[in-house]
Amino acid sequence: MKILVCISKTPDTTAKISFTDNDTKFNESGVQFIINPYDEWYALVRAIELKEKDPSTIIHLVHVGPAENDAIIRKALALGGDEAFRINSHPGDDYYVAGQIVNLAKEQHYDLIFTGKETIDYNGSSVGGMIAEFLELPYISLATKFELNGNTATITREIEGGEEVDEAALPIVVSCQKGMAEQRIPNMRGIMSARTKPLKAIEPVAIDPLTSISSFELPAPKQGVKMIPADNPEELVRLLHEEAKVF
Amino acid sequence: MSVLVFLDQAEGHVKKSSFEAASFAAKIAEQTGTEANGIVLGEVKDDLQSLGKYGIKKIYHAADAQLNQFDDEIYTALIADTVKSSGSNVVVLSNNFNGKAIAPRLSVRLKSGLISGAVGLPDTSNGFKVKKSVFSGKAFANVEIKTDIKIITLNANAFKVTEGSGTATIENITTQIPRRKVNVREVNVVKGEVPLAEAELVVSGGRGLKGPENWGIVTDLAKALGAATACSRPVSDSGWRPHHEHVGQTGLTIAPNMYFAIGISGAIQHLAGVNRSKTIVVINKDPEAPFFKAADYGIVGDAFEVVPKITEAVKKLKGQK
Ligand SMILES: Cc1cc2nc3c(=O)[nH]c(=O)nc-3n(C[C@H](O)[C@H](O)[C@H](O)COP(=O)(O)OP(=O)(O)OC[C@H]3O[C@@H](n4cnc5c(N)ncnc54)[C@H](O)[C@@H]3O)c2cc1C
Repeated sequence: MKILVCISKTPDTTAKISFTDNDTKFNESGVQFIINPYDEWYALVRAIELKEKDPSTIIHLVHVGPAENDAIIRKALALGGDEAFRINSHPGDDYYVAGQIVNLAKEQHYDLIFTGKETIDYNGSSVGGMIAEFLELPYISLATKFELNGNTATITREIEGGEEVDEAALPIVVSCQKGMAEQRIPNMRGIMSARTKPLKAIEPVAIDPLTSISSFELPAPKQGVKMIPADNPEELVRLLHEEAKVF
Repeated sequence: MSVLVFLDQAEGHVKKSSFEAASFAAKIAEQTGTEANGIVLGEVKDDLQSLGKYGIKKIYHAADAQLNQFDDEIYTALIADTVKSSGSNVVVLSNNFNGKAIAPRLSVRLKSGLISGAVGLPDTSNGFKVKKSVFSGKAFANVEIKTDIKIITLNANAFKVTEGSGTATIENITTQIPRRKVNVREVNVVKGEVPLAEAELVVSGGRGLKGPENWGIVTDLAKALGAATACSRPVSDSGWRPHHEHVGQTGLTIAPNMYFAIGISGAIQHLAGVNRSKTIVVINKDPEAPFFKAADYGIVGDAFEVVPKITEAVKKLKGQK
């Protein structure tokens, strides 16, 4: 069993969101970066759990990004994983990132490719589906549970107002979200061993991104809250009905 | 040149989010001087001609029972074929669970740029740019698509449904349906509840409610309003409420007309998932709760006293009408 886990780097969830260069660039000053929570908590940890059950499992990590992101990859390796690949380039767009990962996957022949549900910065939710289409593999999106029985995976995925239980033969691509695994904290041994695990930088293949971000904006600030005394909740209902017209 | 919108159905009924997508597609068609057509996959009980009232001219319909159950790979193949045969240059889908599974596949299959989670109409004055939600609702990005065909997924409640009087023509598509690689074993949908992702009104509870046994005040208010229910992360982590109700940065991002928060502090990660709601109401006993800064209406008070009174007032007001 050979698993690929896609790792992305995002600003910390409490980071102040602001922009520079005429609102064309995210302002990184003072911002802490983390492994995208969906990639770490669900995709990577579920892969590690599968390896704990079947120690012959090999876990590869892949990240598309510049050398300065090696620290994030080492953090992921501290949780688990045998080997990491960094595709040495700036992630142009989702299509570009997926194409680079596919290039690695075509050489390595994975049984399972895990991504997070989405990145918490771009919120695209698209790299997993794109990889699946490039490789003509089944794609189980927004999975909340994953079980393996030989060559067959049983996956629960979220659908509107509920869930669906699917069955598919490997190889497959799965995007992971809450429910897949429990968040873990790396231990000292993990952190030490991460330093010596192989992390290979590979050069990207030529792919033209299909989209580009031209500018960012922040939402208009709220007008300010209207407070209603606790002994007059009827007034709140009247305002919601007559002023905000929400029902 | 035309706009093609994927009209998603569940159990034979076109979803509400698809009416938004249809209205959005019709408006893009109007903007660019072309027409908007729709595609429906699977057997439906609805009158598809009536979808013309959202501005849809023609509906391509593959009424094959094999398509009743969603499959992203098969749906992608059929939509891509229809995009090509109809000469569409803009494809619109809802940014819902199904849309998120199909749109990235379509992007690769058609080698066409995708903008996911659009919140407004394209700006075609110089290229083709669409505003989308980024940083989990904390900001927007204007993204340009450089390819001839453009694929857009529209966020729920981001575009108002507009109804006119048109009638759509139906064109049946018969085609070879590819083999299913994913077998659906079970579908568990909670019946009779408003799906959270599409809901216009949402009542949500946090750790301030102390335990699952106290959720009656949340569900009673939701029922009186016809609202969906949601919760904060620690609430679903503790198993007080099901996972699919978890909203926020690591849960569902929603943008209903009203988000009614009870006993939720308003942590930045929670706000990320709800701050695009049009009206935010906060009930919290702590006047310093950060949520009040993001709210439109607030009451400082004990939820257990205040909320039942609000429910009564809603019922009274609705009963009078
Ligand atoms: C990486 C990361 C991701 C996260 N993602 C999410 C996410 O997606 N969604 C999310 O919700 N959280 C998320 N969190 C957690 C978040 O930081 C907060 O801890 C969480 O939102 C708090 O939930 P709460 O408001 O229900 O509980 P608390 O913070 O405990 O607040 C309870 C509130 O209830 C009020 N209260 C108590 N009793 C009463 C009463 N009788 N009447 C009225 N009010 C009362 C209190 O004043 C308090 O404000 C994330 C955290 C991290 C680190």
